[in-house]
Amino acid sequence: MRESMEFDVVIVGAGPSGLSTAIRLKQLNADLNVCVLEKGSEVGAHILSGAVFEPRALNELFPDWQELGAPLTTPVTKDEVYLLKGEQGEREIPHALVPKPMVNDGNYIISVGNLCRWLAEQAEGLGVEVFPGFAAAEILFHEDGSVKGVATGDMGVSASGEQLATYMEGMELHARYTVFSEGCRGHLGKQLIERFNLDQGKDPQHYAIGIKELWQIPADKHQPGLVIHGSGWPLEDASGGFFLYHGDNQQVMVGLIVDLNYKNPWMSPYEEFQRLKHHPLLAQYLTGGERVSYGARAIAKGGWNALPSMTMPGALLVGCDAGTLNVAKIKGTHTAMKSGMIGAEALAQVLADESKAWDSTFAQLFDASWLKEELYQTRNFAPAMHKFGTLLGGAFNFVDQNLFKLPFTLHDTSLDHAQLLPADQAPKIDYPKPDGKLSFDRLSSVYLSNTNHEEDQPCHLVLKDSTIPTGENLTRFAEPAQRYCPAGVYEIIEQDGGPKLQINAQNCLHCKTCDIKDPAQNITWVTPEGTGGPNYPNM
Amino acid sequence: MKVLVGVKRVIDYNVKVRVKSDNTDVDLANTKMAMNPFCEIALEEAVRLKEAGVATEVIAVSVGTSASQEQLRAAMALGADRAILVETDEVAEPLHVAKAFAKLMEQEDIGLVMLGKQSIDSDNNQVGQMLAALTGRPQGTFASKVVVEGEQVTVTREIDGGLRTVRLALPAIVTADLRLNEPRFAKLPDIMKAKRKPLATTNFADLGVTVKQSMRLDRVDVPSVRSGGVKVESVDELISKLKDEAKVI
Repeated sequence: MRESMEFDVVIVGAGPSGLSTAIRLKQLNADLNVCVLEKGSEVGAHILSGAVFEPRALNELFPDWQELGAPLTTPVTKDEVYLLKGEQGEREIPHALVPKPMVNDGNYIISVGNLCRWLAEQAEGLGVEVFPGFAAAEILFHEDGSVKGVATGDMGVSASGEQLATYMEGMELHARYTVFSEGCRGHLGKQLIERFNLDQGKDPQHYAIGIKELWQIPADKHQPGLVIHGSGWPLEDASGGFFLYHGDNQQVMVGLIVDLNYKNPWMSPYEEFQRLKHHPLLAQYLTGGERVSYGARAIAKGGWNALPSMTMPGALLVGCDAGTLNVAKIKGTHTAMKSGMIGAEALAQVLADESKAWDSTFAQLFDASWLKEELYQTRNFAPAMHKFGTLLGGAFNFVDQNLFKLPFTLHDTSLDHAQLLPADQAPKIDYPKPDGKLSFDRLSSVYLSNTNHEEDQPCHLVLKDSTIPTGENLTRFAEPAQRYCPAGVYEIIEQDGGPKLQINAQNCLHCKTCDIKDPAQNITWVTPEGTGGPNYPNM
Repeated sequence: MKVLVGVKRVIDYNVKVRVKSDNTDVDLANTKMAMNPFCEIALEEAVRLKEAGVATEVIAVSVGTSASQEQLRAAMALGADRAILVETDEVAEPLHVAKAFAKLMEQEDIGLVMLGKQSIDSDNNQVGQMLAALTGRPQGTFASKVVVEGEQVTVTREIDGGLRTVRLALPAIVTADLRLNEPRFAKLPDIMKAKRKPLATTNFADLGVTVKQSMRLDRVDVPSVRSGGVKVESVDELISKLKDEAKVI
């Protein structure tokens, strides 16, 4: 029998949505017993986002956030959008032609990791128990099928599954309600969506991978508050876009987002990003600078059409674990926070009055919120990009978002993992070698993520069928995991005269791309031992 | 017997250390901090002594800013009974720490001091030795085994080329090496309980310790990057490169 603890509400994941849920719960009822589990070694360690932050939800959560010292120090001062024409040229899109949701007046350039560190302090101040270093590994159910809570993973188990001297059995956390806020493609959220058919009648979720670097740049090139977005080169077959934000302390955040419905198995989002930085538009800021950090994370971008039901008996899905990102704004933090706050309001009501129905209480609050309105209004944005491509899709979105609200809904019912062409039918891509100044190899990048996993533990990337990587995946698709993984976790090596898949699980950045993009859906990402994974500073 | 354990807040061992752009120090802004790994080993040993009925109380002590409370709470989650923070915003030099510990040894009637052999940030390896000198008590440094029997402690020390076993009269100072034990993980209920364990705050002045900054940090530099080698086609090319480029012959 595992030991157990009882709470009113257990929250899985200390990101913007989970922490906002916890804070709002305690604001509404200080007597509630609330805890937050976080698999990272500290709050913020696994948080990676652009980010340009819209403060709408934070204004509601803490109207006095300025006095409380929230880390929003760099207001957006200038907003530029470009279409890159090739290795050299670009065209700036005039402000008036930019779809409204992409305009950033009143927003801030922030580190969402630091925002979460601050939110966790506020939560603890309100009496929330925050437990970093503990991974929720398993969902617990009551006999009637409702969610009972979660269990943390065992610690001190060897790679072969034996108990080591440091073995510590996982613990059960029982709750009246459990909130899952693991971020995009949470491994428990994925199980819940399947078990409770939460995505029934919805479009399939769509994903992208975001790769980000933090740079320290020379003072004379730094323009705090400058926001640059763009698309076009180097992504030729895939949709996506890049960002470059000038934060405070001479730091610049630069990144590339690549939609995971790309078709060419030779495509490497990592190397696309590396060569992107050589474009003069970006290189003008980065040259002479130093890379401080590196990381990657998948993004759920299906929006309204793909948003699953968020409630189930005894539990709630919030934030990117459900998929509340507003893809038209390229922002998910304010919507994630709001989803958690709505969840907390509904939870406070049903915890106070057990006769209230959980599903409808949440649904009523959600439907009346600006979050619903925002997601509904931008429902066509991503499908338009997928259907018509970046250029025509962009034009469609300009009309839809700025001129008329078009009275119909576009759907994208394709599955991201089923899009790859056979390797022999797709052009190979010849990526330039990194120069060590603007572009770098994978391993030196992974080093900057400060990622670490206890070496002697079971592999947390589980193959359903161990023959697929060197079978169909290799012969048909040249094993794309070697290229889509931004951390070099998957390598095909020669052993005993044949190919073998080597999984370097200790490099893993917890981005979840493999779980999403593997064409055979053969890779399941499960939580490694708590505290494992990246240790991002300021990301 | 009461055991005093030193706990230092240092940059996490997983984090790549960066130097500030003006070279004045390493950059600690928003980086993950943790308990010094050698302090963790010292603490584990103290907690095991208590579990074995040898120690009656384990007191975790840190010298540093108020942020060090986080590491003291972690120490109490791992089994320390209470904690004392000697709060200072100045850089705490090894001698300052040793002086504070010496006072606390006296005030708290400490039987055994368990320290890490060194901290992974400054790598000084001095506090244990200085504390022994200041208090006139015996020291067993680089311990890989600690056995307390009656009024004595037997310490197996890791020395160059072997092990050396010393027997010390208590009160004594022991510093932990890597192989002394493997620290446990903190349990969730213990983390919650640790929040309610007593944490006292004091400072150098209240302890009657005068501190003088005797060190000044002038500059921190990143190690120079080793440039990659080149392959030469012929012996002649090698000789010309050694002559003209490397200028070694």
